[in-house]
Amino acid sequence: MRIYTGKGVYGAIAIGKISIFSRQQIAITKLHIEDIDAEKARVQAAKEKSIAQLQEIYEKALKDVGEANAQIFEIHMMMLEDDDYNDSISDMIESKHVNAEYAVSVTAENFSEMFASMDDSYMQARAADVKDISNRIIRNLSMDAESENAMSDKMIVCADDLSPSETILLDKDKVYAFVTAYGSSNSHTAILARNMNIPAVIGVGEAFLNKIKNGITAIVDGYTGEIFVDPDNETLERLEKKQAEDIQKKKLLLDLKGKENITLDGTKINIYANIGGVDDVKSVLENDAGGIGLFRSEFLYLENSSYPTEEEQFNAYKKVLESMGNKKVIIRTLDIGADKQVDYFELDKEQNPALGYRAIRICLTRPEIFKTQLRALYRASAYGKLGIMFPMITSVSELIQIKEICDIVKTELSSDGIAYSEDVELGIMIETPAAAIISDRLAPMVDFFSVGTNDLTQYTLACDRQNSKIESFCDTHHEAILRLIEMSAQNAHKNGAWIGICGELAADTTLTETFLRMGIDELSVSPGFVLKVRDKVRSIDLSKKD
Amino acid sequence: MVSKTVEVKNVQGIHMRPAGMLVAEMKKFPGCTVMLNTADKKAKATAVMQIMAAGIKCGTQVEITADGENEQAALDKAVELFESGFGE
Repeated sequence: MRIYTGKGVYGAIAIGKISIFSRQQIAITKLHIEDIDAEKARVQAAKEKSIAQLQEIYEKALKDVGEANAQIFEIHMMMLEDDDYNDSISDMIESKHVNAEYAVSVTAENFSEMFASMDDSYMQARAADVKDISNRIIRNLSMDAESENAMSDKMIVCADDLSPSETILLDKDKVYAFVTAYGSSNSHTAILARNMNIPAVIGVGEAFLNKIKNGITAIVDGYTGEIFVDPDNETLERLEKKQAEDIQKKKLLLDLKGKENITLDGTKINIYANIGGVDDVKSVLENDAGGIGLFRSEFLYLENSSYPTEEEQFNAYKKVLESMGNKKVIIRTLDIGADKQVDYFELDKEQNPALGYRAIRICLTRPEIFKTQLRALYRASAYGKLGIMFPMITSVSELIQIKEICDIVKTELSSDGIAYSEDVELGIMIETPAAAIISDRLAPMVDFFSVGTNDLTQYTLACDRQNSKIESFCDTHHEAILRLIEMSAQNAHKNGAWIGICGELAADTTLTETFLRMGIDELSVSPGFVLKVRDKVRSIDLSKKD
Repeated sequence: MVSKTVEVKNVQGIHMRPAGMLVAEMKKFPGCTVMLNTADKKAKATAVMQIMAAGIKCGTQVEITADGENEQAALDKAVELFESGFGE
């Protein structure tokens, strides 16, 4: 087995035999010609033929990949009719008495060099477009039709590079994947691959082409950009499994994207996503989550070597809020301590960090850190639909202090003339048994509760979740936990607050029905689980007694 | 001759698609020469290669000049395309 790596441009797995893409290479010889007009007429005829071919390709692309992606071929036609380009060809024929093939090839070199030398990677990639149209003219000057790469079976197509027209002309039904030695992810080939839903890896490097032969089995992993040539059994099995899961996941996406989270009897629930950084927003949207139920703000602190500034935090929050549009984004304030240590906080070593100086306890004793974060959050609130959530709450007095600090922050922002939203929702994590038990007292003071089932489990069952020896005692479905959740839900609803679950249990589909019966309003899960939970919700009928 | 200065709104600058749209529209004014002038580059609005080679980026100030038949209409159309961000 040999492994090569390039850049995956469309995530999917393909397993099949290799077919090396061949094209007829036309050797260009410089010839002296006498009849200038005849030579110019040859160029004109070849150009017209090229435009007619491109028109056909454009129509095929329109059907296969849609108008936005087909447009490239329209522009190729424009390039063929470009005055500068054509003048350059005619001038060469006239002044140097050279043959058409040579004039086109030199012109192509000059124009593509001009693009290749630009300081912008997009424009650099346009050199390939110039070469593509020029090669077409040269082919039409020298011979007739475009050589088709006839393939009898479904193959993994490997090439040095593929031009957009070569890509679009590949018979989709006969291509499992394609792999190119060169090319950039900005190339139209990459863009077309994504739209044709063909796994593709580009820029694998020259060595790859020299080492492969037609007919050898290979696996292309468009996610990682890996190509396994002549894979061993273990790799084959692993990738077959990955492929099956991938297909399953895409099927779910196709079936469930855009659908409501509604049970058979018409009960609705919100399914949001948990994220740990700004970059995760992409997969939140891809997986069609209704909002962000838990944005862990710790990454801002963990990735820094000193306290993140208000500006740094503001920018990160604003970016997420803007990307999510009018969907709700719930950001949890600093939750370090215990298992998430940060050096510059200079926290003392503790005997029992899970029960120690952490999260809101740090924020309330070091209000300058807390206020910086709250200012950043309120400033960002002007850019979307923000909820702020406080972790590790155990008492009413903590909540009173928090709300006082929030009011101070808002007053300061107002007097500084800085905008913030008046509709920011405030909520708390229910992750200590204490909070669940006094949820009747806490609920009137907040807009929402969010149950953190991981900590709630460890605190309720007195089980350290890091200790694998006691795993069998740590029953996450323990009745005590479910009762605490149900109690919190009832108290939330009695006081006009909503309740969500953002811990691991939210994604446990064996409990989805239980949560729905409790009246849980929102489940927040990893982006990859959103559709799985939606699928479960849509299969449940609450009108039937269990 | 008429002219107007506009700012490029397209995030990717004047890449292939906007260049193509501009050329297609400007070719409808055969008796008029429309030019795009930036601080350091010039491009004919009917020459797709020139426009792309000018590498006009987002935020760049572009002076559009139109000279010839129907110059005002040609200028208005070009300005409209730039200001609409070429429909992006």
